[in-house]
Amino acid sequence: MYYPRRKQSLILGYFCSYSTRMNETQQELKEITILFAGDSGDGMQLTGNEFANTNALFGNDLATFPNFPAEIRAPLGTVAGVSGFQMKFGSTEIFTPGDQADVMVAMNSAGLKSSLHNLRRDGLVIINSSGFDKKNLKLAKYETSPLEDDTLKYYRVYQMDITKLTQETLKDSGLGRKDVERSKNMFVLGYLYWMFNRKMDGTESFLKRKFASKPEILNANLAVLKAGYHYGDTTETFTSRYDVKKADLPKGKYRSIMGNQATAMGLIAAAQKSGLQLFYGSYPITPASDILHELAKHKNFGVKTFQAEDEIAAVTACIGASFGGALATTGSSGPGIALKGEALGLAVMLEIPLVVVNVQRGGPSTGLPTKTEQSDLMQALYGRNGEAQTMVIAPSTPKDAFETAFEACRLAVEHMMPVMMLSDGYIANGSEPWAFPKAADLPEITPKFANPKAYEDKEYLPYKRDENLVREWAIPGMPGLEHRVGGLEKEELTGNVSYDPDNHEHMVKTRAAKIQKIEDDIPLQTIDQGAEKGKLLILAWGSPHGAIKTAVRQLLEDGYDVSHAHIKYLNPFPKNLGDILKNFDKVLIPEINDGQLDILIRNKFLVPSERLCKIKGLPFTAKEIIEKVKAIY
Amino acid sequence: MSDTLTAKDFATDQDVRWCPGCGDYSILKQAQSVVAELGRKREEIVFISGIGCSSRFPYYMETYGMHSIHGRATSIASGLKATRPELDVWIITGDGDSLSIGGNHLIHLLRRNFDVNILLFNNEIYGLTKGQYSPTSPEGKVTKSTPFGALDHAFNPSAVALGADCSFFARTMDRDPKHLKEILKRGNAHAGASLIEIYQNCNVFNDGAFFTFTDKATKGGSTLFLEQGQPLVFGAEKEFGVKLDGFKPQVVNLNEGHSLDDLWVHDEHDYMKATLLSRMFDVPSEGSLPRPFGVFYSAERGTYEVALDAQIAEATEALGKGDLDALLAGNSTWEIK
Repeated sequence: MYYPRRKQSLILGYFCSYSTRMNETQQELKEITILFAGDSGDGMQLTGNEFANTNALFGNDLATFPNFPAEIRAPLGTVAGVSGFQMKFGSTEIFTPGDQADVMVAMNSAGLKSSLHNLRRDGLVIINSSGFDKKNLKLAKYETSPLEDDTLKYYRVYQMDITKLTQETLKDSGLGRKDVERSKNMFVLGYLYWMFNRKMDGTESFLKRKFASKPEILNANLAVLKAGYHYGDTTETFTSRYDVKKADLPKGKYRSIMGNQATAMGLIAAAQKSGLQLFYGSYPITPASDILHELAKHKNFGVKTFQAEDEIAAVTACIGASFGGALATTGSSGPGIALKGEALGLAVMLEIPLVVVNVQRGGPSTGLPTKTEQSDLMQALYGRNGEAQTMVIAPSTPKDAFETAFEACRLAVEHMMPVMMLSDGYIANGSEPWAFPKAADLPEITPKFANPKAYEDKEYLPYKRDENLVREWAIPGMPGLEHRVGGLEKEELTGNVSYDPDNHEHMVKTRAAKIQKIEDDIPLQTIDQGAEKGKLLILAWGSPHGAIKTAVRQLLEDGYDVSHAHIKYLNPFPKNLGDILKNFDKVLIPEINDGQLDILIRNKFLVPSERLCKIKGLPFTAKEIIEKVKAIY
Repeated sequence: MSDTLTAKDFATDQDVRWCPGCGDYSILKQAQSVVAELGRKREEIVFISGIGCSSRFPYYMETYGMHSIHGRATSIASGLKATRPELDVWIITGDGDSLSIGGNHLIHLLRRNFDVNILLFNNEIYGLTKGQYSPTSPEGKVTKSTPFGALDHAFNPSAVALGADCSFFARTMDRDPKHLKEILKRGNAHAGASLIEIYQNCNVFNDGAFFTFTDKATKGGSTLFLEQGQPLVFGAEKEFGVKLDGFKPQVVNLNEGHSLDDLWVHDEHDYMKATLLSRMFDVPSEGSLPRPFGVFYSAERGTYEVALDAQIAEATEALGKGDLDALLAGNSTWEIK
């Protein structure tokens, strides 16, 4: 069922107000976007994640978007040091963390300054007034206080001195000033729980786990959380409470999931379903490290994590593990993938399973470590010496990272080749509810192990291929199949070193053909939304999925003839992709890069596609997609 | 049957393509002979190499093998050993491969102490690329890339190894097959990373680099063959010894007032003494300290792969065997009915 879509002046058309007490109104909302902005030491990420988890547990659909600086502690109080967390939740289906916020929490002056432009006109801004003293204003480079001039004249402002209220709450706790200050985010959280009428038990048990060994800190956090809630309940200040009902999601059991976490779980699930030992070799890098952290927790699944000395060691250790018969996986981000390039070429040559997760970030070079980008598509396809293609696959949302990681493993193992999975910072750190699958419902993965018995009276040929051009996986320990592989060109069948010109060309073409054959083993491309034929197709891949989905839903309601197809398999493409493209007058390709998929599509299908490129380290908003569609329609 | 294997069973059908007269032939022969005596099955043995002349080695060993990429044999072997601890893993590398492009992986493998054997073919030159100086070439070395002499200070592999807390370091040479074989066996018997530096003559690009240590006329006075529990004696007639004056090794003449009782007694388990041996690295000349050969250091230290398996067993014991459904559900779920 479609709801009449709100325009940018959302909310107002959506709620009904009813009075519960003298000074309090309750507004029922279908969906709401809330933005937390504070100093990177203010605990905004934790606050945002806890608020998200509570709403997810309540039964809302939601999407989150953390936005934080690369520095662990950028200069206190400055705009550079602002850590933000945006999320949208609602009783409707939610695909993005929201274009603009309806409610914003500004813990200090810099937080307000950095993020106010993301608050819609007439939106509510909750201000921690102690973050607007002379010092904070100066650090944020405000000449006059925004609380006193007309900076906030188009917004509804609600001020409270969170710092002081926290200090009051904890005045008898015996805690030092620093520890007291650090619990002020719990006051905000408690206040929001009151505002949205949510239970606090989820956060309470989270705090109990987190501070199990520090009872005095735990008690302080619990006290401040409650104080925030009670503050909302007891103050007679006029304010509104919001009522966001449960979402009408498909039936099932849900949990909240972040992209990197989903990736790690996809790898573990694939190991279980293939009966292989999972090896994850990795070198810490933003924004991929959380995959390593997550996997390292699950040693009881037999997961072997290996924090290597560098990116090259991480991937080459995987090659060793794969040679030995393990499900070898590595993860990194663009700069690390660049370092792995030569080894990936070796894996292409050896034709052994290897999964490489690239959690893309802004580039080139060190670029924008904590910001999202889709600019490694060409690197994934072509970033190695020689004709060295790999299979490339990309998730589109945090929960999709599970299925994509699992699928990457399946294809790597069953087709004996390296598979690159292109996640990104937005997917990695974003979260959403997930109707997680049952283990029994996941497909089995079948390794192509050689059977030594089959070679008792015939010669084993390491580079003999099946009908899919896949060679067998003969691993140390298999008697009679001893063989040598390496990075030098292989002779067909025997795998012996060969410099023969015809053999080289044959092998290059064979390796490419082997990738092309995968198109028979992957699903056909489907249309996500809109008609199968029509005026405009929005073709995209990866994390812009949510913004496009939201935009297309709106455009369809407004009567536009527009469709959306989202590509998961980037090399090879699904074999019907060309036919789909022919069914539309125009093709628009939005990407968080300078047009890399567009180049591939034009090259392969000779389609005069149009680009929508955004290279700001930020995801698309639905509005940007809508405007572009209207401009070219 | 594994107990009837001979060196010949480890030869492959590939033509050996090193230059005639290359020191690698001798090492290949001894390696084939040593693995035949191990009592392991061929399929349980893996030879992994990087890039360089020596790195063709796996093609000539009838075992599992990988001729990988430059400098990475050590890290590839690390991943293999981490997942397949039961395999007998040998790494074949050269001075450029292990100490230049692969220097990082070498030191990290040594500190982690994977139970592998590293055969470092040191010929003090880049052979495969036709004659550039290597990280072990002496200062001033004139090569194709250093026509006016190398400016780099040379690496001392034994000191690098001990600095990285290597649990086994030995030096041997291609021209002494008996010693070479003995050391290969010792290295393989060691549970932990064994780094064996082999002085190997490149007769095309750096002929005679180790002449002082291999030539009959000079060998006696310039080489010291270490034996566990034995005093440090050298010389054509075993007429010299090494004595410790505090931390300073001194050459003494046993025919001129010194006896065996005065000498430094070799203890391969003594790290401090091993570091002193590693520093006996000057080009030997009349009256100077000789260059030690044999096992410098050998220590019992837990291996990475054993610790990794133990940690998994411990986690499984503490948390229970991983349950995929429980993992997928996580700590908190809700149901939409």
